[in-house]
Amino acid sequence: MNVPRFWRTERTRYGLVGELCRACGRPIFPPRDVCPHCTEAGQDVHAFGGKGQVYSFSTVYEAPAGYTDNQPYTVAMVKLDEGPLLTAQLTDVDNADVRVGMPVEMVTRKIREEGESGMIVYGYKFRPVMQA
Amino acid sequence: MRQVSIVGIGQTKAGEHWERSLRDLASDAILAALKDAHAEKVDALYVGNMLSGELTAQQHLGTLIADWAGLGGVEAIRVEAADASGAAAVRLGYLGVASGVQDVVVVCGVEKTTDADAETTTAAWSAGTDAEYEAFQGLTMPAMAGLLMRRYMQEFGVGREDLAPFAVNAHKNGANNPNAMFRSTISVETFMKGGMLADPIGMFDAAPLCDGAAAVVLCAGERARDLGGRPVRILASAMATDRLALHSRRDPLFLHAAYLSALKAYEQAGVGPREIGLFELHDAFTVMAALSLEACGFADRGQGTRLAKDGEIGLQGRIPLSSMGGLKARGHPIGATGVYQIVELAQQLRGEAGANQVQAHLGMAQSLGGSGATAVTHILGA
Repeated sequence: MNVPRFWRTERTRYGLVGELCRACGRPIFPPRDVCPHCTEAGQDVHAFGGKGQVYSFSTVYEAPAGYTDNQPYTVAMVKLDEGPLLTAQLTDVDNADVRVGMPVEMVTRKIREEGESGMIVYGYKFRPVMQA
Repeated sequence: MRQVSIVGIGQTKAGEHWERSLRDLASDAILAALKDAHAEKVDALYVGNMLSGELTAQQHLGTLIADWAGLGGVEAIRVEAADASGAAAVRLGYLGVASGVQDVVVVCGVEKTTDADAETTTAAWSAGTDAEYEAFQGLTMPAMAGLLMRRYMQEFGVGREDLAPFAVNAHKNGANNPNAMFRSTISVETFMKGGMLADPIGMFDAAPLCDGAAAVVLCAGERARDLGGRPVRILASAMATDRLALHSRRDPLFLHAAYLSALKAYEQAGVGPREIGLFELHDAFTVMAALSLEACGFADRGQGTRLAKDGEIGLQGRIPLSSMGGLKARGHPIGATGVYQIVELAQQLRGEAGANQVQAHLGMAQSLGGSGATAVTHILGA
């Protein structure tokens, strides 16, 4: 894979940067040119706080090529506090301890390695919110 | 628009065809369908397929299959819409004939999943999700269904065992279908004991990927009598899409594309779910069967498992499902599946379904692509 494929999504994947629609005001993640809610084109950059709750989750026992090193791993739909849902792996948690509604926060982690001489690709994962 | 009829059907057994390649399987199904239709010449070939490029490094499939099936020179194209590729190909074949541009067409769905290892196939199949924001995170198709199933269980107070009847019914029907991959029945106990693929999706929630090809010959209604066999009429053909990523949908537990395509199909055919005598739905995972029933008006929200629990999905029930085994027992040769559904509905409406014969004059087939982002619905009449 060529590097630009990854660096053009850097802000989204490392900073959880999405958008606010200028027309309808709704938060959008991941960012896209046309608002999925009102179909207007025109958004302002908006960085999400990275906090949310587990909306649903599934533990993967048969991983696709490139992801088998970490199996079984748990993937989740996370409902961000600002509204949008996103899909991410959970980390720093025992698969058996995940619950719907669990508060989680975004962290940056290695997603996959593209072979011995290939790229190491990073992105967001979510972990349980640390208790003070 | 002209009336379109199915005048020929053909299929290979769904399963592991170690001795046959993609092109062989497609040719087998096409030749069987042409023979069944007593047709020698067609105006076009539509090939439904999702993964030939990824799994067998073969693209340009329309031309390859036309060549190997002896349709030399004919217009031919491959149609891709993830798991709904086959049904989308049927839809395009239907449009070709209904529009009057083509008189006789053959539609073939074909997939060859066993030429690649499981991890490669799993990765390729997940390309039907949002590759940058779902598959990138290590999501597989079973994991997408797992997300839906977990939320469904949570929101509607449904247990894993409540979904078992969909798989038990499919296996029961598959046992009598010589073209099914799995011909053994299973019990609820077996279902519950199956290992996990993507918790809560277990082995028996999920349809097996496999090889296979199915084909139909379509022609204009007025020409159907010139060709052989018992014509089955296509009363409705409709397709709709939803946001590709599950996380982008307004309500992930409502299959809006399935709803829209069914609604359009009901309007075209002038019927409602009550008139449908059997339903070949996309039971790639048990929870998808429940969601399809709800989206298509057979059950209220969250009540999709009730019909199954009440025994209404069996061959003698109110709405027989997966009458020849469905994806679960017949097998899910991804891009071929949508054509298998049409072939099986035609078998039923022609009265050729053997031990699984349902007494019905209207049948519906619905194929879903990805996690339900594409839906193609057809209603057929005897």
